[in-house]
Amino acid sequence: MSADTHRKPKKFVQDRDAVPWKGRYVPYDLAKEGLIALIVVIILVSGLAVLFGSPDDKPTTVRSWSNADAVGFATTAITELDGTSGTATYGPPYNLNGTTAGKLGPINPAKWLGVHHPIDTANDYVLGPLSTLPNQPQVQAAVDQYKAATPDQQATWNAAYEKAVADAKFVNGKLVVPAGDYGPVATLIAAETSMARSGALDGALLSSRQFYGTDYTKPLLFIADGDYFANLGSAQHLSGDQWGMMNETGQYPGQAWLWLYTLWYQVGPIGNSDNADIMVFAIMIGLTVLLALVPFIPGLRSIPRWTRVYRIIWRNHYREVEGPPSGPDPSGSPPQVEGNAREPVPV
Amino acid sequence: MTIVDPKAGRPDQADLDKAADRPEDAGQWTAKIRTTAVEALPPQKLLPDRQPAYVASWIYVFGVTTVAALIVVIATGFVLAIFGPNWWHVSSTGLFVNSLHLWSVEVFMFAMVVHLWGKFFMAAWRGKRKATWITGVVSFLVSVGAAFTGYLSQQNFDSQWISTQAKDGINSTGAGAIFNVTNFGQMIMWHIVLLPLCVVALVGLHVLMVRLRGVVTPFAAKNETPGEQPATTSGAEVPA
Repeated sequence: MSADTHRKPKKFVQDRDAVPWKGRYVPYDLAKEGLIALIVVIILVSGLAVLFGSPDDKPTTVRSWSNADAVGFATTAITELDGTSGTATYGPPYNLNGTTAGKLGPINPAKWLGVHHPIDTANDYVLGPLSTLPNQPQVQAAVDQYKAATPDQQATWNAAYEKAVADAKFVNGKLVVPAGDYGPVATLIAAETSMARSGALDGALLSSRQFYGTDYTKPLLFIADGDYFANLGSAQHLSGDQWGMMNETGQYPGQAWLWLYTLWYQVGPIGNSDNADIMVFAIMIGLTVLLALVPFIPGLRSIPRWTRVYRIIWRNHYREVEGPPSGPDPSGSPPQVEGNAREPVPV
Repeated sequence: MTIVDPKAGRPDQADLDKAADRPEDAGQWTAKIRTTAVEALPPQKLLPDRQPAYVASWIYVFGVTTVAALIVVIATGFVLAIFGPNWWHVSSTGLFVNSLHLWSVEVFMFAMVVHLWGKFFMAAWRGKRKATWITGVVSFLVSVGAAFTGYLSQQNFDSQWISTQAKDGINSTGAGAIFNVTNFGQMIMWHIVLLPLCVVALVGLHVLMVRLRGVVTPFAAKNETPGEQPATTSGAEVPA
């Protein structure tokens, strides 16, 4: 006697099981309908492309930023030098100076893999690029003086300059900062600003690695540290409280499918938290797992039956099986669905 | 004049069919794979010309629309790849192809989301279709990733903004150490090689699973008992 004979018949669960279809089949031409769908999509997409095109706003460069807002650039540059910028205090994967990416209680996944894209903002954004400037002994001397100073001395110069740069002006192509004891820092930031405005800094931030560079991590993070870039984003309705990165420049739908991800940033307690990023990711990972595992979760998998939306989707079928709403056909035979009344392609 | 039989030298189909039954080939992997595949998905099941009568709703259109839009996405992406990432920034033709690519992605994602929610409200995982549902959800997730890396590969202000915003979320998971959204070279490789391969493979697998199990049957009607055969079984015409 086989084990199968002892097996108890599995109880039929409506939200898990389905009865094999033994009813009528109707003809349909899958290839024809697939081709029609393709033609319709091509026409629709072509129409949208002709009518609306696609956005292509020019990227921000260090050059365009420093030319549009030299003082703002200098203000950011000093924070890179003194290690107080967003990038300088970010933490992994750029450095070990912070936990910008956030943590969930004791769980801090950002630290698990450590620093993979090291950025030392003082050297990578200011001192290093300035060292590459040819025929500028004054700048080279300032770099050497700054490097030779003690950390306390550097901090004193930086703090004084950072305070003064708030009142700085850009006059006749030169950065003018109120007089003060800034050591070599005033020379460094003035030279950095000139280098940025000439476009040389854009190249220096990339060429420190290799000729064919494709990694824009350093210049992008530098640009993102400044208010100029943030203001451009806000003007284009792209900031976090404007549903952020799911939008695009201009009036385009953008990544509308990220609405749920972006939604959580609009929820006060989450959006205002220092740990918003990891909280949102944790929520979305949880919801995604739930969505994938719906078939296994009692209650959740019953929602379709409870909501009865399926009655609309299969209304022709139920009309055929149950008869018209006014009552069953006196003849007793179920009404017939028209031979090929279906429109669909069941994929 | 010699008349040459065009079929001469070709194995007859009947011989090929018999080959699968040859005892000496029973242990051959190739024969086993072919036999299993043909048994699971014979041509009539793989490309059926009939469907159950209940397959009569516009919601079914969104599955094939998703596949159609994916074809347009890949075709336009192919053209963009031929000319390289700078082309569409400097050529009006390139910009138009990029626009086609963008809008086909929008149509693809829209159709896929409607398809997904349609299947949710049909509880389309019923009747041993759980794996079909899961491959559908995973296809959606991978498609989100493919579209996302596309936005990062545009080399314009949108790419800059999206990458510098998205880095925080990615970095919070630790994935930023490996998946660097501010690295254009890495993102474009993910966008045009890795993720499209995954999307096409997953969508292909998903469609095969739909064909394997068929379209899910409706819930029991009011005059039916759940778990029993539908009331309209008389005169059943089941395709071979």
